[in-house]
Amino acid sequence: MNATEALQAIPPAKLVVRSVSKSFATRRGWLPALENVSLTVNEGEFVCLVGPSGCGKSTLLNLIAGLDTPDSGELASDGQPITGTGRERMVMFQEHALFPWLDVLGNVLFGLKLKPNLTDNDRREVARHYLHLVGLERFAHAAIHELSGGMKQRVALARALAPNPRVLLMDEPFAALDAMTREQLYDDLQSIWQKRRKTILFVTHNVRESVCLGDRVILFSPNPGRILREFPVDLPRPRDINSVELAALASEITRHLKSNSPMEPPASTHPTGSIAHPHAPRTR
Amino acid sequence: MKRSLVALFFFASLIGAWQAVVAAGIYSPVLVPPPASVAEYILRALADGSLLHAASVTCQRLLLGYLIGCGLGLPLGLAAARSRSVSDTVGVLALGLQTLPSVCWVPLSLLWFGPNEGSMLFVVIMGTLWSVLIAVDSGVKNLPPIYTRAARTMGSTGLHTLVRVILPASLPYVVSGMKQGWAFAWRSLMAAEIYVTILGREGLGHLLHFGRELSAMDQVIGIMLVIVLIGLLADKLLFSPWETFLHRRWGTDRHD
Repeated sequence: MNATEALQAIPPAKLVVRSVSKSFATRRGWLPALENVSLTVNEGEFVCLVGPSGCGKSTLLNLIAGLDTPDSGELASDGQPITGTGRERMVMFQEHALFPWLDVLGNVLFGLKLKPNLTDNDRREVARHYLHLVGLERFAHAAIHELSGGMKQRVALARALAPNPRVLLMDEPFAALDAMTREQLYDDLQSIWQKRRKTILFVTHNVRESVCLGDRVILFSPNPGRILREFPVDLPRPRDINSVELAALASEITRHLKSNSPMEPPASTHPTGSIAHPHAPRTR
Repeated sequence: MKRSLVALFFFASLIGAWQAVVAAGIYSPVLVPPPASVAEYILRALADGSLLHAASVTCQRLLLGYLIGCGLGLPLGLAAARSRSVSDTVGVLALGLQTLPSVCWVPLSLLWFGPNEGSMLFVVIMGTLWSVLIAVDSGVKNLPPIYTRAARTMGSTGLHTLVRVILPASLPYVVSGMKQGWAFAWRSLMAAEIYVTILGREGLGHLLHFGRELSAMDQVIGIMLVIVLIGLLADKLLFSPWETFLHRRWGTDRHD
């Protein structure tokens, strides 16, 4: 596992988003998707972005991924301005986005083949390692259409992890899966994150999912997309999505989401420190 | 096993019906020769080498023209899909010319090149090029953008994305376009060969034409059968492997 160890030696990066705005052209004119959003994600942190659809959370993820450029504001990864996509920031999409012309192993190898200074043997070894990590090594030569929805997302996860990015950007990756598959993937993702210490930015509209996974939950409000407020989640890991404490915090956040509480100062005015939530249960 | 028996039974009864029509004596044997005399013609033409020579001349013309047509159509189709100005110019031209039955190229080609191999090649290329171009163009334009976005996040750019993502992703369209191009090329070449005779380079179309001139119906039907067989063989050899691959990978299995 020499190649794997070499890849894991890179320390995790942190993300900075400063006063970012982004609009899209529609038939009825310019639609502001994000307005003056600021956010800092620390090394190794698991941050969830939650909000109703149209709140710009996916837009923000695409900006950080380098797939889009902001109208104004700055984005930086590990102190370097983000000017385009980069291997240190891998993306997992809601649709698995796997390539049907390649088998499972071929899909995991795709990103690795674009990584220089590796022999073909190293690449295969790394790809098999990550397939093993997501529990699909037996399916290395299966066609994508032969897999279930959950297995496809596991392959997508292995493909995103294989080039050893420091940041993992996940755009509602489990939204299309059934509840049981999803719960299994919560466990898997938490254990992989704890083992690999990636910085993860996870977009979802499912509040319980965000409380189950995140160190911090950042609540977005729509029209235009803004950060409403953020909640630290201090529950012990691994977390069970069905636990009572988790449900209590989730319903607290849901209440804020529904009221859209205009009295609260938007969290974007405190980009570095998280606002302690008075009712956040602290079990540690 | 059962399937080949069914097929065998079907074709045997077709020949049986043919024989029955001949035996009934309704039509002149000059117009409807018995199956045996068609078989006799094929065997005779095989023995004296004229059939194999004609088939190889025809296949050479077809393959060369087809390869050139695909070689031009593939990159032009990609360019039309990726660039608006190419799409507005070459793309529109291709769309127009594709509606032109490929047989219509024969008179023009004859006047331009004269009765020689050049005019044969031109007709085959025109038959292939436009349908391949249009299939590749529409295949690439219909690709879900998620593939190229995902590839970009993994560091794929420019030529790599084109060759490793866009081309394989549009493979189902490309293969069906190449298949259509093959069919058009085959049709236009037969028309050209029936039209034009190049001495010493007689193809299957010429043998068909000579059969008509001599009112040799056994030859006409025999050559038609050979043309059908070559078409079936080409489908099995050239396209079946690709289609099998597509069905297996994309999961669009034919239910057979």
